Amino acid sequence: MQNQEEINRLKNIAQDLLNEAKKQGASAAEAALSVDDGLSVTARLGDVETIEYHCGQGLGVTVYFGQRKGSASSTDLSPESIHETVLAACSIARFASEDAYAGLPDKATLATQFPDLDLYHPWTLDATQALAIAIECEQAAREYHPDITNSEGATLSSHQGIRVFGNSLDFIQGYASTRHSLSCSVLGQRGDSMQRDYWYSVARNAAHLESASDIGRKAGERIIKRLDARRISTRQCPVLYSPDVAGGLIGAFLGAISGGNLYRKTSFLLDSLGQAVFPDFIRIHEQPLLKNALGSSAYDAEGVTTQTRDIVSQGIVQGYVLGSYSARKLGLQTTGNAGGVHNLEISSGSDDFAALLKRMDTGLLVTELMGQGVNSVTGDYSRGASGFWVERGEIQYPVEEITIAGNLKDMFKNIVAVGNDMDLRGNIRCGSILLEQMSIAGE
Amino acid sequence: MNLLDQVKQAILAPNGIQELHIEQVMHNLLSAAVDEADLYFQSSHSESWSLEGGIVKEGSHSIEQGVGVRAVAGEKTGFAYSERIELPILLRAADNVKAIVKQGQHVKVNVQPAKDWPTYYPTFNPLKSLADQEKVALLHKLDVETRQLDSRIEDVMISLMGVHDNILVASQDGSLVADIRPLVRLNVTVIVVAADGRRERGSMGGGARADYGYFIDQDLALSYGKEALRQALVNLEAEDAPAGNMTVVLGSGWPGILLHEAIGHGLEGDFNRKGTSAFSGRVGERVASDLCTVVDDGTLVGRRGSLSIDDEGTPTQNTVLIEKGILKGYLQDKLNARLMGVSSTGNGRRESYAHMPMPRMTNTYMLPGASDPEEIIRSVKNGLYAKNFGGGQVDITSGKFVFSASEAYLIENGKITRPVKGATLVGNGPDVLTKVSMVGNDLALDSGVGTCGKEGQSVPVGVGQPTLKIDGITVGGTRV
Repeated sequence: MQNQEEINRLKNIAQDLLNEAKKQGASAAEAALSVDDGLSVTARLGDVETIEYHCGQGLGVTVYFGQRKGSASSTDLSPESIHETVLAACSIARFASEDAYAGLPDKATLATQFPDLDLYHPWTLDATQALAIAIECEQAAREYHPDITNSEGATLSSHQGIRVFGNSLDFIQGYASTRHSLSCSVLGQRGDSMQRDYWYSVARNAAHLESASDIGRKAGERIIKRLDARRISTRQCPVLYSPDVAGGLIGAFLGAISGGNLYRKTSFLLDSLGQAVFPDFIRIHEQPLLKNALGSSAYDAEGVTTQTRDIVSQGIVQGYVLGSYSARKLGLQTTGNAGGVHNLEISSGSDDFAALLKRMDTGLLVTELMGQGVNSVTGDYSRGASGFWVERGEIQYPVEEITIAGNLKDMFKNIVAVGNDMDLRGNIRCGSILLEQMSIAGE
Repeated sequence: MNLLDQVKQAILAPNGIQELHIEQVMHNLLSAAVDEADLYFQSSHSESWSLEGGIVKEGSHSIEQGVGVRAVAGEKTGFAYSERIELPILLRAADNVKAIVKQGQHVKVNVQPAKDWPTYYPTFNPLKSLADQEKVALLHKLDVETRQLDSRIEDVMISLMGVHDNILVASQDGSLVADIRPLVRLNVTVIVVAADGRRERGSMGGGARADYGYFIDQDLALSYGKEALRQALVNLEAEDAPAGNMTVVLGSGWPGILLHEAIGHGLEGDFNRKGTSAFSGRVGERVASDLCTVVDDGTLVGRRGSLSIDDEGTPTQNTVLIEKGILKGYLQDKLNARLMGVSSTGNGRRESYAHMPMPRMTNTYMLPGASDPEEIIRSVKNGLYAKNFGGGQVDITSGKFVFSASEAYLIENGKITRPVKGATLVGNGPDVLTKVSMVGNDLALDSGVGTCGKEGQSVPVGVGQPTLKIDGITVGGTRV
């Protein structure tokens, strides 16, 4: 991809969309463009299973007629499509209601600084090379232990894309980014019990991926540890969330302090600004300008400047997660979070994973969660879980087919410690989280 | 104009693609020794309208158009797609995807329409079935009528969606098949607030392969508002759910999602061909009590999960999965059927041209039994009545599944007593139906809101079941 040239081409289409919107009578408009291409290769049982070539494109436009709003999108970037997509958006806006809070963000909130966030690291890789890496990864998993009997394969994906966003306040920006991942999923069997587990690595820069053999070996290790899982009886006990599931707890918190749930009053954390939701050692920090990171961006989905800020410090909520619409509904200022948060980090104590196991002493280590049992209105939480039973700080045996339940408000308050074993693979960077007590349902 | 010609007119003609071009691309694809090859052309128009706080805040319209090119040899698949339906791009895609096969061959393809197949829904464009102002008026009327039902209603949120999907499949045998798939859906969420300030939410919706008249003709729209309100008010009264192993009675209709998750996914051909499902190699074995017969039926007229042909061009059918407790077979697409030595069951589905097909369910349900639902409740001394569910999830390999009840009650001495909230059911797919001890005579299908996710692809599905009694399943509440 000739980047600058392609960005300019898309910026021109965005400008055409904005011009067309004005021509059709819109008082304000936003336009977004994207193109992506990529390759995904899966190896299974030592041979190629699938080769997928991705090549996508799309445009979207939102128009305002005063306080009335309409949107439309298309996968066709041609001039005829620009005309018709704007026409469709305008036709919707004509029938939508006046909404006093609708509109573009205030011009003063739009980003004006565009630092290079180092998000573009293309990987020149053909299908044969990609396949060799996937085969190496899967082989490391399958060779890890004789009880690894089957495989869902290893997949290498490499994608690059360009995103352009503009609005009728003369904002037009675009950037290129890449995303590469390698994952491996294998099955283990002992007696009648068959289990599946996986591991993956993802990065903007292929050089930052874990090695193929490490990913395979970790997948193998995980599966062998969970063979011969049993159930435990119904009880109350401490629970330790491993880093890859702990992020979900923080995700539930973010949902509860996001603008949409707050102005609709569908959150269990209404009016929590300035309130202690977590114990005083918890800090949740947003870092949109981290170089190379998966959630980095200088501006949000509306072009508003993103903020490096504390969402929680000393356990107290310092700010909500708002776009300009929900901010206006709540009588607040946008926090630059239209479209979501950017690289949240939950600060940790000095305990590593082993120290947290010791600290828990006896309880449940949770490594996988299933189902959607979280009620954002009340905070009621009940999810299927699997993991390990721990006694005297040592893992005893794998556990499955149980649920863990509580209320998120209490669970947040009952956090005892956050480990330093941070998982950097997502937009929420979090270590293991130890909770004082939850209800376990089992046999 | 017949259906195939209509779809050609909608997708191929505007892009200047003719049958001879398809023959040229197919000829290129088949110069490698492939077992299956297809081109999947799609043009999909969709819209959504949403109301909240008494106003229609926004609407959106979307056009997605593209083509997917696939070559399959043995267990290997090459796949490429493009939003640009242009001959040079199709030829290049064919070059890329056939590279999974080393050896060459020479095959001549003559493209021709497949012979007629039955269709299970009309081919109109639902987006045009109401004028935009009538869609907006429908939402406003429903909002006003729902709010009048109860003074505790704080807000009503309504969404209306419509899809007009045109697809055309060209396969390696030269056959051309097309489908026009209408789909509509309406959802209502009600938020209620109690005198003490506690809030709860209830949701109800429905849909079909029909036009928007579906919601108006039988006043279905307001029935969704009433049901959403009823669920919200029940939950306002609900106490914490118990935790532990107990007898559970599942309601009829949407709770059939349990069959879909716990049983249906495990019976999809890909997992079984690879031996990664808890049901692998178990055809002919008992996997349920003899009261249980479960089918997957894509041929139900107008249902959300129905298809006249699947996304590989195979006509859909009514497939018996479990008959009187015995596992009869799996759900197949072409690739997995060939590798397992059976025929496709018409379950090869894909989210869009940009995704590869795989075995997926259509409408999955259990046939009715002999018991009166009230007699089923009366037979339970202490247990849980799970009347309605939210979502669920399954681990295909271990068979473990999880569901969240959105409406549940305690059963005490054969009577439904108090509502409980936050009940999650957890169990093991291959075991759960062996514990079915009573099956009701009240088979109901869901109202038409199901969306199934698999490997990142979403497709519309239907589920259903009669009232069922399961002797012993783990309920994950907070009350230990």
